[in-house]
Amino acid sequence: MPYEEFRKDYRSGVNKKLLILLSVFVLAVVASFLRIAFDQYNIDFFEAYSVLIDHLTGVPVENELDEYIVWDRTTPRAISVFLVGAGLGVCGAAMQSTLKNPLADPYMTGISSGANFGISVAIVYGISLVPFLGGQAGMIANAFLLSLVPALFIVGVSIVKSISPAMMILVGVSVMYVFSAATTMINLMASPTQYVQIYTWALGTLGSIEWQHLPFILAATVVGVTSLTFLNARLNLLSYTDRESISLGLSPKGTRLLMIVIVSLVTAILVCFSGTIGFVGLVAPHVMRIIIGSDNRYLIPASAFGGALMLAVADTIAVKILPSGLPVGVITSLIGGPLFIYILIRQHKKIWS
Amino acid sequence: MTELILDKVTFGYSDERDIFTDIDLRIDKPQLLTILGPNGVGKSTLIHCINRILHPRSGKVMLDGTDVADYPTKELAKMIGYVPCSSGTTFPMSVADTVMMGRYPHSGSRRTEKDLRIVYNSLSMLGIEDLAMRSFAELSAGQHQKVMLARGLAQESEILLLDEPTSNLDIKHQMNVTRLLKELADKRGMIVVMICHDLNIASRYSDRIVMLHEGRIFADGTPDKVLTAENIESVYGVSCQVVEFEGRPHVMLCDSGVDQLVLSDEAPVSFRGDSAVPDPRRP
Repeated sequence: MPYEEFRKDYRSGVNKKLLILLSVFVLAVVASFLRIAFDQYNIDFFEAYSVLIDHLTGVPVENELDEYIVWDRTTPRAISVFLVGAGLGVCGAAMQSTLKNPLADPYMTGISSGANFGISVAIVYGISLVPFLGGQAGMIANAFLLSLVPALFIVGVSIVKSISPAMMILVGVSVMYVFSAATTMINLMASPTQYVQIYTWALGTLGSIEWQHLPFILAATVVGVTSLTFLNARLNLLSYTDRESISLGLSPKGTRLLMIVIVSLVTAILVCFSGTIGFVGLVAPHVMRIIIGSDNRYLIPASAFGGALMLAVADTIAVKILPSGLPVGVITSLIGGPLFIYILIRQHKKIWS
Repeated sequence: MTELILDKVTFGYSDERDIFTDIDLRIDKPQLLTILGPNGVGKSTLIHCINRILHPRSGKVMLDGTDVADYPTKELAKMIGYVPCSSGTTFPMSVADTVMMGRYPHSGSRRTEKDLRIVYNSLSMLGIEDLAMRSFAELSAGQHQKVMLARGLAQESEILLLDEPTSNLDIKHQMNVTRLLKELADKRGMIVVMICHDLNIASRYSDRIVMLHEGRIFADGTPDKVLTAENIESVYGVSCQVVEFEGRPHVMLCDSGVDQLVLSDEAPVSFRGDSAVPDPRRP
């Protein structure tokens, strides 16, 4: 095969991947945009967008309830759906390569167990780790700080003793069990109202997202997606044996810690506002692997858009499936699980070795 | 001219036991150097000390006058390429992208036209450019080995270390690949260091053979100096005859006198009449 033919094949492969990337991006944007028209309070589909346009262009909206629903509820929620889904998607893909493990997801370092503990402490005992910060802000601060404790353990242990990715996972899981047990103990003392509050949060919901939360979510997602996309070549090397990555010019130990720090910070911020939304961070990267391959150069951005698309669809179903709505975490797992098994059975390529 | 000097290199995985002690080796000319020795003697370990996958307990590995420990990781990867005996990833990519990883020390995450050209050249040197767009996971063990070789070549280093690069290849490809390694030394002026278990392949193509035995260099020199019946008997415990064939030593192994692995006197449990595990075929 002459070089020209090889080059043409390679380029057309790249172009195909870019086209897939663009399609998933467009689908994710469209799905998130459509999400604006859905709420537990019924609102006419086209009416929703005319209210949105009126609000944005400064035209007074007659129906105040409609304006409240569209502008204060569904629009920030639609944006957060895109951002949280994208953030969880990239973090999952990066974690899988970093720990060389297809089961890895953004919460692998025990982030959700730490956050749950922080929330329980805030709700049941009213303790806030940051002084003078009460109410919701105090809860968020608790969740953020405590969600990073398990990750700190992993980083600390790997600095003291050089440990393998498998040991990192085991340390993370152990710390997770400790936190879960502590959380269970606190929850046993919770009043029924408090318990409902804790439980709803743990399931993962985007119901309480407000405009003022979006800058944090936006910052976390933008930092996560851009830094991990930028680090794509290192992620590729990390997914191979350490001796191979050293011989190809990468220090695997330091790079692994860097990835864990990035993923933990981004996920910790997202989890504070959305609770634990399972499955998206695990499955979106795998579905994208089947479509676009495991080269992180394309897999990382694809997992961002794939995660955004998945969460937008799930959240639309979640809000409409029951009159009272369901937490989105329930839908991602309940519908995502069987769907993913179906995809796994149907695909014929060898994606995982 | 690149120069690689091992100065009293000692390594052990635990403090109690050294794998090898005070290894001195000087490689200052382009050559194909083959490391021979029995299993567990520390051939791979020695190679790993050269490209800093492992750190010697004492002694130094000097590359062009500088201790390899003082090179930044990326710079060292530009100077020393490496082909592992097997590659492992959970998430295989296409063959072209796998070989493209060899460009990381030079280009980072960029993929230039030049990188693509080098990937193509590496693949076509091994005659596997047709596999470029295939997934690494779908290939055979021999093809995997060639892709690993191509990735090592794509590093475009002056030194290439290979850990049993032909162990999964058929005889024709063993010869082709080893001849290619010899040509890299002759025509491109590279230092190629290979671990091998096939004495005749080593004899046919190597400029120099280093034989490891009991933690030391037992013999070092041209194939006809090193591959003698006495040396092979001492190092491997196998008696043999060495004849000359096409101008090189050719080793013919004798079955007599080899320490035998002993078949256990106990029959496998399932064959026994009084077996605790009932035979399912019997009613």
